[in-house]
Amino acid sequence: MTEMLFSDGGQALWTITIAAAANLTCALLGCYLLLRRMSLLGDALSHAVLPGVVLGFWISGSTSSAWVFVSAIATGLLATLLIQSLNGLGQVAEDASMGVVFTSLFALGVVLLVKVGARVDLDVDCVLFGLIDYAWLNTQPLWGREVPRDLMPLVGVLAATILFVGLLWKELKLAAFDARLATAMGFSATLLHYLLMAMVAQATVAGFYAVGLVLVVAMLIVPAATGQLLSDRLAGMMAWAAGVAVSSAALGYWAEMKLETGIAPMMALVAGGEFTIALVFAPRQGLAGRAFNRLSLTVRIVAEDIIGMLYRTVEADPRLAEAGVARRRCLAAGGGGWRARLALPWLWWRGDVAWAAERRVRLTAAGRARAEALVRAHRLWEAYLGENFDLPLDHLHEPAELVEHYLGPALLEQLSSELRRPDLDPHGKAIPGNPERASGGQSATAARPP
Amino acid sequence: MIAYNTAVVLAGTSLLGASSGLIGVFALLRRRALLGDTLAHAALPGLCLGFLLWQERNLPVMLTGAFLSGLAGIAVVAGLRRFTRIKDDAALGIVLSLFFGAGLALLKRIQTHAVGGSRAGLDHYIFGSAAGMIAGDVAIIATVALCVLTAVLLLYKEFRLVTFDDEFARAQGWPAALLDLLIMLLIALTVTVALPAAGVVLTAALVILPAAAARFCTQRLSAMLAISALFGASSGVVGTLASASGGIPTGPMIVLAGAGVFLAAMLCAPRRGIVSQMLAQRRARRRIERQKLLLAFDATTAPVTIEALRSATSFSPRRLGGVLRLSERDGFLRRTAAGAWTLTDLGRSRAAAVARAQRLWRRFLTSFPESVSLFNDLDLERIDEVLPAEVMARLEQS
Amino acid sequence: MSTAPRTSAAPQLSMAQRTGQNEPGARERPAESTVGGTPIAAAGAPPVLEIHDMTVAYHRRPVLWDVDLTIEGSSLVGIVGPNGAGKSTLIKAVLGLVPPASGSVKLFGQDARRQRHLVGYVPQRESVDWDFPVSVLDVVLMGTYGRLGWFRRPGRAEHEWALECLRHVGLADFAHRQIGQLSGGQQQRTFLARALAQRAEVYFMDEPMAGVDAATERVIFSLLRELREAGKTVLVVHHDLRTVPIYFDQVVLLNMRLVASGATGHVFTNDNLRKTYGGRLDILEAAGQAVAEQRRSV
Repeated sequence: MTEMLFSDGGQALWTITIAAAANLTCALLGCYLLLRRMSLLGDALSHAVLPGVVLGFWISGSTSSAWVFVSAIATGLLATLLIQSLNGLGQVAEDASMGVVFTSLFALGVVLLVKVGARVDLDVDCVLFGLIDYAWLNTQPLWGREVPRDLMPLVGVLAATILFVGLLWKELKLAAFDARLATAMGFSATLLHYLLMAMVAQATVAGFYAVGLVLVVAMLIVPAATGQLLSDRLAGMMAWAAGVAVSSAALGYWAEMKLETGIAPMMALVAGGEFTIALVFAPRQGLAGRAFNRLSLTVRIVAEDIIGMLYRTVEADPRLAEAGVARRRCLAAGGGGWRARLALPWLWWRGDVAWAAERRVRLTAAGRARAEALVRAHRLWEAYLGENFDLPLDHLHEPAELVEHYLGPALLEQLSSELRRPDLDPHGKAIPGNPERASGGQSATAARPP
Repeated sequence: MIAYNTAVVLAGTSLLGASSGLIGVFALLRRRALLGDTLAHAALPGLCLGFLLWQERNLPVMLTGAFLSGLAGIAVVAGLRRFTRIKDDAALGIVLSLFFGAGLALLKRIQTHAVGGSRAGLDHYIFGSAAGMIAGDVAIIATVALCVLTAVLLLYKEFRLVTFDDEFARAQGWPAALLDLLIMLLIALTVTVALPAAGVVLTAALVILPAAAARFCTQRLSAMLAISALFGASSGVVGTLASASGGIPTGPMIVLAGAGVFLAAMLCAPRRGIVSQMLAQRRARRRIERQKLLLAFDATTAPVTIEALRSATSFSPRRLGGVLRLSERDGFLRRTAAGAWTLTDLGRSRAAAVARAQRLWRRFLTSFPESVSLFNDLDLERIDEVLPAEVMARLEQS
Repeated sequence: MSTAPRTSAAPQLSMAQRTGQNEPGARERPAESTVGGTPIAAAGAPPVLEIHDMTVAYHRRPVLWDVDLTIEGSSLVGIVGPNGAGKSTLIKAVLGLVPPASGSVKLFGQDARRQRHLVGYVPQRESVDWDFPVSVLDVVLMGTYGRLGWFRRPGRAEHEWALECLRHVGLADFAHRQIGQLSGGQQQRTFLARALAQRAEVYFMDEPMAGVDAATERVIFSLLRELREAGKTVLVVHHDLRTVPIYFDQVVLLNMRLVASGATGHVFTNDNLRKTYGGRLDILEAAGQAVAEQRRSV
């Protein structure tokens, strides 16, 4: 890798550095856009600054001049103002006013680009693919080293962004979370909004160097969205977003070398790939983890239904304690289907049931304790419903069947003491597990209600 | 005399403008204005794949690809919305940019590897060029325009119901979801055929601009549809002509023409336009301020000092000065030698009318608390227009 | 599940707030608002809140009309009225969040805009995004931002104070949870802790008891009482007429205009309620019951 970085005259090193600086700027500010639900405003702004960028290039005649940033910020703020006044004065819906403003300004920018672009070596392709492909060739000396000319403004913008986020950390967080409280406390949410938009306009120009204007939104939103999936703190979210930004610069360059598909699109796609991975595998919010949690909850409930049935069968006919119950009946008690087929081996693996002869299933001691707690929850709930609500007897079973899986030990204890420790449920069946005949069955059902 | 080629292009862009203007009305009213943008961006990879598949510029194949990948993009947006905590706006932004990125990657690959001069054609899909439009392309556009028009004519009532209140439509037993889907398919269809002329990045404007402009001109849906189609068609024509004479891509010029129409409509539209709204608002504000001022005199004919007026009205000094000047001009007030102000006869009768209106509104709000929403304008003297005569009679009596 | 704050915590709270006043950087309370260390309701002090001739309109449609209202110190004030009566708007106008068409607001005798540091605010729970990546403690810390001013970050003192406030609403164990993992009642209590962290003199709460469980409602109520005992004034937008006489010393009956305001015993009458709600029988029945209960207890 290091060899590759220097063997090509610095192409890889500088290209990746430039892209990383630009991506990082976008990613940091994108976090605020995402949290304020203004992702599309970021998209609109990135299109709308085009006339400003072209004018800046035209005025200064160079690609790495402060003018580009100044005129882009001016256009960006103008676009924000226009969007807001269309929304306010003209009563145009918010999304439509964004659509109107950014398409119009972008069209104006393209026309300007075609008219004056040739004079500053800027063409339509730059808007799509950015300036990154040849940026490493145009260098100037810095501290005795040849450094790409475009890197300077990008590092400047990145530093300004870090400074902005660092200095106004608490203000930006407050305004993003609760704009009203911010204003009520004297941190004008409107002022902060416009400051943020000015910074986003700058970031858009930075992104323009790296990925082109149309793809800037990818660098604004995708790393931030990945960060949001992976962390539930703002700082963590930003750290992950920064990671995605930098790694997509490096991996995007590498992928371009392999596939010749353009650096800018590949960076966006790498970021998209990382987002997809996070979407599926993120620890708490990932689709895979959530699917697994759902599955294990389902299996637990089915398994509890099965051991509950086994317990009641033995209760009615103690002789079956050793002989067990037919596997077919167990599956039926679990509602049949794949869930029951999964639940039965799981119970065996946990040691709650054991195989008896002739494909029959019996409860082990551990399983019996677990089942007892479950049946206790069921019957206590029935007793509670019977005492507090005027329900007919045959209406008690179904709610209890649902609730039994969720009652924790603390709640059970509360129920039991509130009912003065009853021995029988409303159907006249014994409530197992009362202290005097304590058999230690405790927490098969530790989960709280969701 | 218009050359045949120009005539073909004009026919194409005006039809395109009309049909996107028509369907854009529903997109706008359904608050789906930016859906068109996402659709258009998401269409790019399909467009490129269609090209790669055929290895040449075959419009129907590429447009089919574009249509399908646009729909795939929308499906991903719906999936993100349904199965994750990602918010709507972020979902749109993510899908838009990633699909577009994929499209650009394919495009770059085609540019570097494709055979012969065919690659040039693809660039045009980004910013749009109608110059090369041929009769066959126009036929495709015309078919889509006809589909949109037929659907809107046949299902006018249903579309109106769904865009206005889909909950109600559902409750009434209409297949609201199906109708919604149909509207979305029509949007997707229109956006797809607009891609070659307007370009991926700007096609959304065709859907949004005419409809948003028409919104200023009328309150009625049928009129809005007609006006929007007209605006769309005319910006298509103007943009095409301007582009032909300036050597600039058609897409941006059509959009700029549409922006011009929008700007004109927004500023100058008779009732909802910003200028007439601001004039109306200024008139109303002056009336309300004058009412407050007259009330501050509290029916007295004696001169009242400026300080007393200020504390009674809580106007800022500048605003108070303005209201006083205007009321003097209209003959309600007179300035006394001592610099204080006094009501003229006209002013006194007007002040009495305002005081009566204020008294009756107070009574009304107390007697009919469940109907306070009838008091929907700070202009107190509108009470006789707003409240029915028998209610007024009752209020006068009590 | 929820531990009600100990009653002994009330003096502790006010102590902490007094000492807070002396911290370096904390803004001075206006001299007239304290008289020899006693709460501000003392004689001769200006009223906590004075609203004069307030009209708020959205596009000329009045939401509040000609409201004149004065609230004296150290009391729990319920703001009551039908939906769309302008209750939340009243609070927002006082806080400067919506521009009034006319009128002025004074807090402790001075223009409200210059008294922001004396105001605590609890917005409606639905007004924020609970997926936001902050911890419970972070949210409570936000209450200290107003006193810190621009650029300064909360330090150790603020962290400890925020934890203290969290402890006070019984959520200390949840300090490092992400806010979305809390139940609705816990989220509401987080907001209350944030308001406490503001060390305000007057609190505005927008439906803090809407959609919370009975336990949380009890916690909120006892907290309100502690605040009053510590000399604060709390204005609460409230929707449940039955609990108004139990919770509040004063009521403000609002329906676009001010129907009545004053001591609950005098103002919360069937007649005034009819003027506020009109002939909506179900509501009036509930209110009538509440009024009768109130009479019985007096």
